[in-house]
Amino acid sequence: MTKKHPSRTENGRISAGVLIALLATACEAREATTETKTLAATPAPPASPGITATTAPKAAVETPLATDAERADHAAYAKEAGAELKKLQNDDTQWVMPAKNYAGTRYSTLKEITAANVKDLKVAWSMSTGTTKGHEGAPLVVGSTMYAHSSFPNHVFAIDLTKPDHSLKWKYTPEQDERAVPVACCDAVHRGLNYAEGKILMITLDAQVIALDANSGKEVWKSRNGDPTRGETITGAGLVVNGSFIVGISGGEFGVRGHVTAYDVRNGKRLWRAYSTGPDAELMLTDNFNAANPHYGQKEQGTKTWTGEAWKQGGGTTWGWYSYDADLDLMYYSTGNPGTWNPDQRPGDNKWSMTIWARNPQTGKASWGYQMTPHDAWDYDGINESVLVDLNIGGKKVPSLVHFDRNGFGYTLDRRDGTILVAEPFVHVNWATGIDKKTGRPIEDIEKRTKQGVVTKDICPNAMGGKDQQPVAFSPRTQLFYVPSNNMCMDYEGVEVKYTAGAPFVGANVAMKPGPGGNLGELLAWDPTTGKKKWGIKEKYPAWSGVLTTATDVVFYGTMDGWFKAVHAETGKVLWQHKVASGIIGAPMTFQGPDGKQYVGVYAGVGGWFGLPVSNDLSRKDPYAALGAVGIADKSGLYEATTKGGMLYVFAI
Amino acid sequence: MRTAGMTSRKQGPARLGLLLALVSSLGLASVASPLGEIAGAAAAEKQTLRVCGDPNNMPFSNEKQEGIENKIATVVAKDLGWEVEYLWWPHQRGLVRRVLNTERCDVLIGIPKGYDLVGWTKPYYRTGYVIAYRMDRIAEAVGSLDDPRLKTLKVGVQVNTPPHVALAERGIVGDNVVGYQLMFDSNAHPEDYPGKELEDLMAGRIDVALVWGPIAGYFQKKKGVASLALVPIEGPSEGSKRFTFEMSMGVRKADLELKKRLDQALDRTRDEIRAILEDFGVPLFPLTVPVPGGAAGTPHGPKDKHKGEP
Repeated sequence: MTKKHPSRTENGRISAGVLIALLATACEAREATTETKTLAATPAPPASPGITATTAPKAAVETPLATDAERADHAAYAKEAGAELKKLQNDDTQWVMPAKNYAGTRYSTLKEITAANVKDLKVAWSMSTGTTKGHEGAPLVVGSTMYAHSSFPNHVFAIDLTKPDHSLKWKYTPEQDERAVPVACCDAVHRGLNYAEGKILMITLDAQVIALDANSGKEVWKSRNGDPTRGETITGAGLVVNGSFIVGISGGEFGVRGHVTAYDVRNGKRLWRAYSTGPDAELMLTDNFNAANPHYGQKEQGTKTWTGEAWKQGGGTTWGWYSYDADLDLMYYSTGNPGTWNPDQRPGDNKWSMTIWARNPQTGKASWGYQMTPHDAWDYDGINESVLVDLNIGGKKVPSLVHFDRNGFGYTLDRRDGTILVAEPFVHVNWATGIDKKTGRPIEDIEKRTKQGVVTKDICPNAMGGKDQQPVAFSPRTQLFYVPSNNMCMDYEGVEVKYTAGAPFVGANVAMKPGPGGNLGELLAWDPTTGKKKWGIKEKYPAWSGVLTTATDVVFYGTMDGWFKAVHAETGKVLWQHKVASGIIGAPMTFQGPDGKQYVGVYAGVGGWFGLPVSNDLSRKDPYAALGAVGIADKSGLYEATTKGGMLYVFAI
Repeated sequence: MRTAGMTSRKQGPARLGLLLALVSSLGLASVASPLGEIAGAAAAEKQTLRVCGDPNNMPFSNEKQEGIENKIATVVAKDLGWEVEYLWWPHQRGLVRRVLNTERCDVLIGIPKGYDLVGWTKPYYRTGYVIAYRMDRIAEAVGSLDDPRLKTLKVGVQVNTPPHVALAERGIVGDNVVGYQLMFDSNAHPEDYPGKELEDLMAGRIDVALVWGPIAGYFQKKKGVASLALVPIEGPSEGSKRFTFEMSMGVRKADLELKKRLDQALDRTRDEIRAILEDFGVPLFPLTVPVPGGAAGTPHGPKDKHKGEP
């Protein structure tokens, strides 16, 4: 047997300690990870009696980097390739990419559904996705076809919108390594599909990248972005830019080193891969990286802010959303928390975990990077979306990037160079009193920094963050962001016996509790130019769905107990609500059907980190399992409030 | 003995049918427990000790049933008059949620007492993390984590285990620390098993291994590495700074009936289990609450810093 090189690091994350307690009872004590939080568990294959060594899955072979000639060929093609999507993103009768447009605003100019008539909104049709784990993301509409997806095993449905019965044109289920996935990953969500040039582009939980013919559902190409038997999985939808399908990776708890990778939309060839940690060449930095803000860090920070070679398993995974500015030709995304979960074992800033990145989508080179949470000790996984809007700040129109981070701060940056314009807490935050705009660093309350073996009480926000991955929306009419937020704090208690592979250890026990006021969530209207809340709708549960807003000043979002709501964009007044089959953690979208009517679509299907107790379905079978384990979700009453199951709903007047 | 690989052992008619077939084929006499307590359908459910076994995690368990926990399962099942059946599933995240709590198997043979995801039996042995090194390479004993040589020697440690945390507390986080993952996929990457750290120690790739005692003991005793020194890491028996753990069997929290049976069987098989642990060279320490009779609770720590020295 060939002996592999040992995992030479003290930093392979066994688990994100902070997450542990939150999940400990609902999930498995040690499986908390960046992704665990947002995703539900993969169901145990019901019919198969188990996995055995004799049927062991083989390690997967990744797609190699394309040759220089192939990359040059792509570069020539890319000049034209971007035109289609740049045009389609502005066609509000369709919804051709995960966040509606490259800016990620989730704003539509469709006007049939208004604040006045939304009270008459009714279910036009609905469909079961056939899977019961959490349903994140949104369906696409391209032409007269809707492309919907499900949680693992990641079904894709092409729905003919011209047919009154909304029958399927095709259905596709990727072949996935079911034996590897349950071991490698606790996650089973999927954040959606992409479209380009007659193809549907998708990722799979077991780290494949696949292109389908949009008309037939037939596979056009398949590439491999990671090895699930090494813990590498994918849940983020990725984004197509100029003929490149750009995808991230999940799996920090297995010591995965985060990266972002571009594939040729035509043939699946790998064009470039840029890592989140490590030497500058692998980070793919431009020569003038962070020139405008040298204090953010420039050369060699991906290695020097770690001890030894800890960066090799340094985390910084990339499972969130991507956005793109065609004028600047920069794409934006951010990286997750560093490995290992115990901060004492990785002294230093741990760059470039927890970082908002700006890269050229063709070369992969980064022009700037801003680390929000240096040396993370709370699992404030920084992967949330960055929305690109032009704002009036200080009397000037500034091309801005707005990001609501798990760490509780809402950032408005100049997206040309990452300069901080506004950074204010959008939820109750006490781990830091603010962000020093001169240095870019949080002003920490040292009392709230967690440490192994030490009890740290009442840290706000908790590890789920001021907001998790559920994406915000922005209305150019109101100039407000609509932010689904969490209101929770945590005690980091330090001592809990864990076990893996025969060996016990002591992990962090984190107790989660409601933040001030007792409500666990709130939909906020936020002014990104001042960093101030305009209004809020308090929610009993964390506001864990995405948001949609329209030119008629209607804001749509869903709740974990299954209410799909329409509220007024100016005032937050609730205009309409409808109870759906399961809690909503998906992102609403809107389109105009072939019949000329405006529709609003949303997935129901509770899950995600907070919804795990329900989608996981265990505490009912074993009343003892509810002890502390199901924690705050159980206490909140979520179990009674909703049941699991993936559904697609489409509403119309 | 059978493995569960061939049959579905989920609840329901299929399982009942299988059990009935089993009962009838064995005959009533052979399925009665030594205590004669088993009767009726509920008891028939427990005629098989359904172990959640790791297929590739020596010295604890493997599919050939060569590990410590395999041997203990056999002894305990024999005492109960039950068969052993395995559901092979890596002891990694998802284990309890996917296979124990879904009733695809009923017992984890070796879990630390206090492991909150499961119900645990009375602890039946206590062991701990050790400092392991080759005496032919290091003449003077490495007696504690405060030994200054740990700042310069190549030190292997299982990631996020108590000695790893202790190293960080001492500021030992540099290039000389080599981390070994306890998280690995024993199906796809069996070579990543926890014993790899000891293999590296023997090969001279690291100078010192901070490792869970049974793994080191296995190399010393079963693999006959006489030059291996094991020094227990001293610390409190409870709390976050502990290096020793009491080991129990783990069952579903609600499965009080099985817990009771196992507690009784563990008492009765104490000597046999101790013999297995000693055979595998597991460093044994007194249980905090000695079991009746005390055999497994007898102090069995090393007499000097060079345990295993000829």
